[in-house]
Amino acid sequence: MASATLPEIPVYNDSASRLSHLKQLEAESIHIFREVASEFEKPVMLYSIGKDSSVMLRLAQKAFYPGPIPFPLLHVDTGYKFREMLEFRDNYTRELGLELLVWRNEGALAEGANPVKLGTQRCCGLLKTTALLDALRHYGFDAAFGGARRDEEKSRAKERIYSFRDKAGQWDPKAQRPELWNLYNSRIGPGESIRVFPLSNWTELDIWHYIHLEDIPIVPLYFAKERRMLVRGDSLIPTEQSFVQGLAGEEQMVRCRLRSLGCSPCTGAIRSDADTLPKIIAELVSFRSSERANRVIDHDQDGSMEIKKREGYF
Amino acid sequence: MSLTQTAEEQAAFEIEEFLATEQQKDLLRFSTAGSVDDGKSTLIGRLLYDSRNVYEDHVRSVTRSSGGSAAPSIDFALLTDGLRAEREQGITIDVAYRFFSTARRKFIIADTPGHEQYTRNMATGASTADLAIILVDARKGILTQSRRHAYIAALLGIPRVVAAINKMDLVDYSEEVFDRLSRDFAALAERVGLASYELIPISALEGDNVVRGSERMPWYEGPSLLEYLENVEVAGRNSEAPFRLPVQRVMRPDQNFRGFAGQIAAGTIRPGDRIVALPSGRTSLVERIVTFDRDLKSASAPLSVTLTLEDELDISRGDLIAAVDAQPAVTNHFAASAVWLHAQPLALHKRYLLKHASHVVSARVRAVRHRVNIETLETQAATALELNGIGEIEVETDRPILADLYGESRMTGSFILIDPASNATVGAGMIRQVLATAVDEEQPPRIALAGRALVEELEARLLELDYPVVRTRVTDHGIWRALHEAKVVVLVETDESPQVVTGDFIPEPVAEASVDALLAALEVGNAKERV
Repeated sequence: MASATLPEIPVYNDSASRLSHLKQLEAESIHIFREVASEFEKPVMLYSIGKDSSVMLRLAQKAFYPGPIPFPLLHVDTGYKFREMLEFRDNYTRELGLELLVWRNEGALAEGANPVKLGTQRCCGLLKTTALLDALRHYGFDAAFGGARRDEEKSRAKERIYSFRDKAGQWDPKAQRPELWNLYNSRIGPGESIRVFPLSNWTELDIWHYIHLEDIPIVPLYFAKERRMLVRGDSLIPTEQSFVQGLAGEEQMVRCRLRSLGCSPCTGAIRSDADTLPKIIAELVSFRSSERANRVIDHDQDGSMEIKKREGYF
Repeated sequence: MSLTQTAEEQAAFEIEEFLATEQQKDLLRFSTAGSVDDGKSTLIGRLLYDSRNVYEDHVRSVTRSSGGSAAPSIDFALLTDGLRAEREQGITIDVAYRFFSTARRKFIIADTPGHEQYTRNMATGASTADLAIILVDARKGILTQSRRHAYIAALLGIPRVVAAINKMDLVDYSEEVFDRLSRDFAALAERVGLASYELIPISALEGDNVVRGSERMPWYEGPSLLEYLENVEVAGRNSEAPFRLPVQRVMRPDQNFRGFAGQIAAGTIRPGDRIVALPSGRTSLVERIVTFDRDLKSASAPLSVTLTLEDELDISRGDLIAAVDAQPAVTNHFAASAVWLHAQPLALHKRYLLKHASHVVSARVRAVRHRVNIETLETQAATALELNGIGEIEVETDRPILADLYGESRMTGSFILIDPASNATVGAGMIRQVLATAVDEEQPPRIALAGRALVEELEARLLELDYPVVRTRVTDHGIWRALHEAKVVVLVETDESPQVVTGDFIPEPVAEASVDALLAALEVGNAKERV
């Protein structure tokens, strides 16, 4: 066919033969969503309410349009999420007509688990990791989408798009399956599962830019406004939980925002005037400091942050 | 006050401009490979740092104070090199993906350390790369490492290759050295079959020709490495190749809508185009190209879309929608280059699962044509491939696949092999040649009925000839059929006179009650030649 002589027909802002990097990333992510939904019996999307989850959700809508998203969302609620996150979660999923499952480690919470009492590592272990594994086992999910990106930190750079987990839900970095082309191996044995990362090749800037272009709703905590914070050195610590106690004079109203959303006692805010998406992007481009550096305490499911801590990263 | 506003307006304008530029960026994926000492980490660190893609807190973490009054120096290698840290912790980095972007492009680097499992890892990184950077140490010339990488780049069909002649600072930026290495590389490129490549003299450590040009090599007039990466046309996107859409999923949200969803592997499609659905071979016209955002007037690889057709065709996952005038082969037998990825070596005739596009089928490797010694690039006879082995194999699948040659379409010319027992991904293949449809389906059953003595003698002869044999007293045709499908010779002990079972599973008498007559009737001689 003499397609070379035909006039170029625009697709969005690009010629047919030159797609923008965001359209290419979008196409790759959609392919992953469709592949998983077709090859696994019981997939689920881990929904953390953050910006990456918002992007995942939009990509899933795109992947299955004009049909509905063919799997539920699972939110592992530690009990310490920001109120604004939970409101956003409930309103947004209701608006989109999605099935939302919420799982909490009620046993640990009843015993008063919190980061001040247990330390962040044990607290995360109980309220995030244990809760997640319990939920996956309870429902029998064989594939779980997560919003992790390879640019988040060095040890994630080698994570696969399909990350194999054994019966205990654990990751063996030495025994990962090689991943070539876009051919993903979805074969698992009984009790085993795959974590799927459709945003693997997106960067933080890509995420923000896509949210801006696509007008994707996000939790208002990302936008700057006057908020009550504990000011401790360079850190701004949110005061939602009663066990977060400041010293005299530490509690102040500060114009600030959150760069990433976690549990309120462990997620630091940054001083900022960025109250629109373009301003957030401008801030991101000029700041040049990695998003995780702004967390008071980092917590990560795959334990790589533990290594970071030993290195004295924080 | 008005000053502040102006500054704010200025900032707003700049960010709008930035976003507009950002939206026009395209994507280039490239692979790098190398070990600790060849300067690869320094090169990537330099690319990231000089193009302002490194976070300040990361830079702080790798800045060494050199003591005394000397300025602190940045160890570029540490910016990207997880290798050292991971080695200490006993973890192996195999393929690490890194990201940076400039005003023109976003880049994804598939970086393979190359210290162990280099073939498997380089092949993985190369499989999605638009371009490969091959590092050559100006002092040492083209060593094994560069040779391997060049060979794998060619094998995996990376459309573009840059040979970065590094450490020019250590050879006094000598034009003669560069010219000599350029000739050496040209010879290598011809040997491994690299069609086009670019040679750039650099010093990653000093920054010459990495991001900016170098005054220390006035004899070199070409682009710096980053200038080249930013401007080179991305090849191999296949938007002008024949149309291919592997169907991932049939979308049927209600009775009025039936769409076929997939990522375009090659080509461009428009409503009204005539397509063929394979393997059924039925044709129809494209009605709509449906996406969440809007219907498209045209869509090219690698977009993910949903097509609706004018006619109701029976199409399911694993099928392929293709251009009518340039269809892929429908075949169950083909030759392929293979890279073996698993410690368990390739076994002939063992059942594997083969994933090709959106299709999984049962497959066997019928033959290993040869193995390639990656150190010498010579081919050797072989009957198996070990971990990290590269060779050419002949594959037979139980159901046909819709195959393109890898050189024409990477996405529909590639496959992976999975061991159904361990579920491990054990091999990767690139289809090079479609062979005549495997004749096993037409192979008449090899079933003989005879008395016990004759059966024992037959069994001994067949085993000598390396045939799989099963002895039984069962006369159930269903079981015979199953054994036939398992490709074994079936010897049935009977009290009746010798018979051989033919195509319709009906026993027919043999003229002479001898082993030789039975062997002839079973056509084992002919079959042996074919194997």
